[in-house]
Amino acid sequence: MIAELGHFALVLTFMVALAQSIIPMVGAARGDARMMAMAEPAAAAQLALILVAFGALTYSYVVSDFSVFNVVSNSHSLKPMLYKISGVWGNHEGSLLLWVLILALYGGLVALFGGNLPPALKARVLAVQAIIAVGFLAFMLLTSNPFERIFPVPADGNDLNPLLQDPGLAFHPPMLYAGYVGLSTAFSFAVAALIEGKVDAAWARWVRPWTLAAWGFLTGGIVLGSWWAYYELGWGGFWFWDPVENASFMPWLVATALLHSAIVVEKRDTLKSWTILLAIVGFSLSLIGTFLVRSGVLTSVHAFATDPERGLFILFLLVAAIGGSLALFAWRAPSMQGGGLFRPISREGGLVLNNLLLSTAAATVLLGTLYPLFLDVLEAGKVSVGAPFFNATFVPLMVPLVVAAGFGPMLAWKRGDLMGALQRLKFAALATLALAIFAAWLSWGLEALGVAGIALAAWLGCATLAALAERIGLGRVPLSTSLQRAGGLPRSAWGMTVTHFGLAVTIAGITGASLWRTEAIQEMKPGESVNVAGYEFTLDKVENLRGPNYFIERGTFTVRLDGEVYTVMDPEKRKYFVQQRETTEAAIHTTFMKDLYAVLGDETNGAWVTRIYHNPLVPWMWIGTLLMILGGVLSLSDRRLRVGAPKRHAVPAAAVQPAGAE
Amino acid sequence: MSFRHILYLLPLLVFLGMSVYFALGLGKDPSELPSALINKPVPEFDLPPLLEDIPGMAAADFGGEVVMVNVFASWCVPCRAEHPLITRLADEGIVPVYGLNWKNEKADAKAWLNELGNPYTRIGWDLSGRVGIDWGVYGVPETYIIDKQGRIRYKHVGPIFRQVLNESLIPIIQELQAE
Repeated sequence: MIAELGHFALVLTFMVALAQSIIPMVGAARGDARMMAMAEPAAAAQLALILVAFGALTYSYVVSDFSVFNVVSNSHSLKPMLYKISGVWGNHEGSLLLWVLILALYGGLVALFGGNLPPALKARVLAVQAIIAVGFLAFMLLTSNPFERIFPVPADGNDLNPLLQDPGLAFHPPMLYAGYVGLSTAFSFAVAALIEGKVDAAWARWVRPWTLAAWGFLTGGIVLGSWWAYYELGWGGFWFWDPVENASFMPWLVATALLHSAIVVEKRDTLKSWTILLAIVGFSLSLIGTFLVRSGVLTSVHAFATDPERGLFILFLLVAAIGGSLALFAWRAPSMQGGGLFRPISREGGLVLNNLLLSTAAATVLLGTLYPLFLDVLEAGKVSVGAPFFNATFVPLMVPLVVAAGFGPMLAWKRGDLMGALQRLKFAALATLALAIFAAWLSWGLEALGVAGIALAAWLGCATLAALAERIGLGRVPLSTSLQRAGGLPRSAWGMTVTHFGLAVTIAGITGASLWRTEAIQEMKPGESVNVAGYEFTLDKVENLRGPNYFIERGTFTVRLDGEVYTVMDPEKRKYFVQQRETTEAAIHTTFMKDLYAVLGDETNGAWVTRIYHNPLVPWMWIGTLLMILGGVLSLSDRRLRVGAPKRHAVPAAAVQPAGAE
Repeated sequence: MSFRHILYLLPLLVFLGMSVYFALGLGKDPSELPSALINKPVPEFDLPPLLEDIPGMAAADFGGEVVMVNVFASWCVPCRAEHPLITRLADEGIVPVYGLNWKNEKADAKAWLNELGNPYTRIGWDLSGRVGIDWGVYGVPETYIIDKQGRIRYKHVGPIFRQVLNESLIPIIQELQAE
């Protein structure tokens, strides 16, 4: 009954979305206020109905209703409650439902907070959102119904893939989807602007909060996924350039570029068509990312069950959404007028460089991800085809980006003064040098390239702080005045400072984790010891225990530093009853400067394969990315985005005219 | 149409080009591997040694006994994960293991083997990856089993786990050894 209710709500959502995609759009074209006004209640109704559907599926999972096929395939009565709930989106159908729910949520928020939008723009944005929803609801209803029943009803379920039964991964998909789908709002704004033929500073300001929110969620989602890979896969690494990881990384790169180019549109009224293109490409990459892995075109560890019929439907949706919007772009964008001019060395110039590098990086990752497909060579399992490719192409693009990010905030709009900026950054350069020497001394004997990575991070960190000091006149005016100025800085300025500083910390972390890692792999019998980076690990014992739906083999290591007990670590290996799969649970001891990381492997003749890692600076990665997200939140709370509804200045009539006649 | 218009059309054209590839890729099962080389003799090749004291690998080295060929690289994380199992196979004398060191700088590969130990009786150093293409290597790690006649009889893609080892590789090796 509940499942049927959910199914019914899903059908109703589809109907509402269909109406919302047509009526306000026609209304906006005709200037009919009543038809346009329909968009808001429709967005609210869509959200309410999809919530009912999502609630129904969640309920079926919570009570383990094994007459629902989806629950049977992905749940088990013994599974802990958290994973019963996260199981809702741990499969193809359920994750689609979550995707559409989040889409409706963003639509609802646009309707709620869009009070300052011109009615026609708002109607069009909501209509475009609804068109996307129509496509995916149709996909669900026709090929991937989560509410399908099964008869006879099985006694118990097949359980969720054990790798996914993990707190990090329970929250990773919703977070990531909030990011992916959040980009749909920027996309809808871009398409609406193309239809209107009008992009101006006010438009950029309206798009910015949505892009920021999406970017923040995307960052969070990627970090959660990376953190999961770090502690769950048990290989000591955190990023594998797997197709699915790349799928989330490409929209992130483009969203980052979009955040920066939208600033130029807002402040200087130029780079308009480029910004529109980025908004379209960002969401397109999200779509490709979310759906390509399900179509059977690419596989990876994350792949959901594939089926050619679904693949065709997905391809059709991709071509309609991406092809349609790009065609609209090709048609309408050429007529959009560029605004102010600027010199290459200027704030705009810096942001253009940022955009070039970020979009080249995204294109590189796209090429590397699809390359196996283009060669009709497809990966199976967790295979590192591309790490050398990505390291060889991606890193050289990031180095100038980070160097330039230090200069950018020091440059003036329109015409910057590079010598002046260098002059003002001399203390930052000296501090960078000092930190690099310090890092070289600390890391003596380890990979020398690491010092370059730390220097890069130090440069960005110091230059960011220098820009802040400059802005508040630190050292030039009395301290109290400086503090007063710091308090008066707009939140978006603080957001930039915190995010750039967070990026610096993250780079330092990545450097340490990838270049300065030490590891030891060996067979150990209980009582034996091994020395890793000065820490002596003794395997005391291995015990067999039982968890709620798995068996446990737990090793206990005593770690000694200079003969004294430093900590005790107990990595586990779990074998799940139902799927008969094994997972590793690495034991991680975190301090500010490093992680100790221990994994228990397979046993032969009373000896266990153990992998022990000393991962310097790994915690900095997580701290740095948290700072980046915090910066995003700060920027989002800027009062410029909340109050003082930006007034759209009168637009020359020529710009409003459709461009098709040309 | 002006140059400006063509420029704006470019994103659409690139995307449509990609879609053609997506459409062509649809009908294929990505986890299925072409078995063009299965039951065929190993391709003609001759690779220089990686280490001074371990010989290189060439097509002429096969035949006479069952051999396992493991494709590895120091930059490959899963290779580290499977390394202890490969070592055990070699140490326990179940099968001689040859290594195909793929797209790897010499110094990196040497350091890797120094650190983890060398289970391989022969190692071919394939810096350009050219020989790997002839073998049909998609990525690393991969493992091939070669029979007494020097024919490729089995291929495993991805890291070897204990289950794979016990349930497929070892039975196949034993069967081929009995042939």
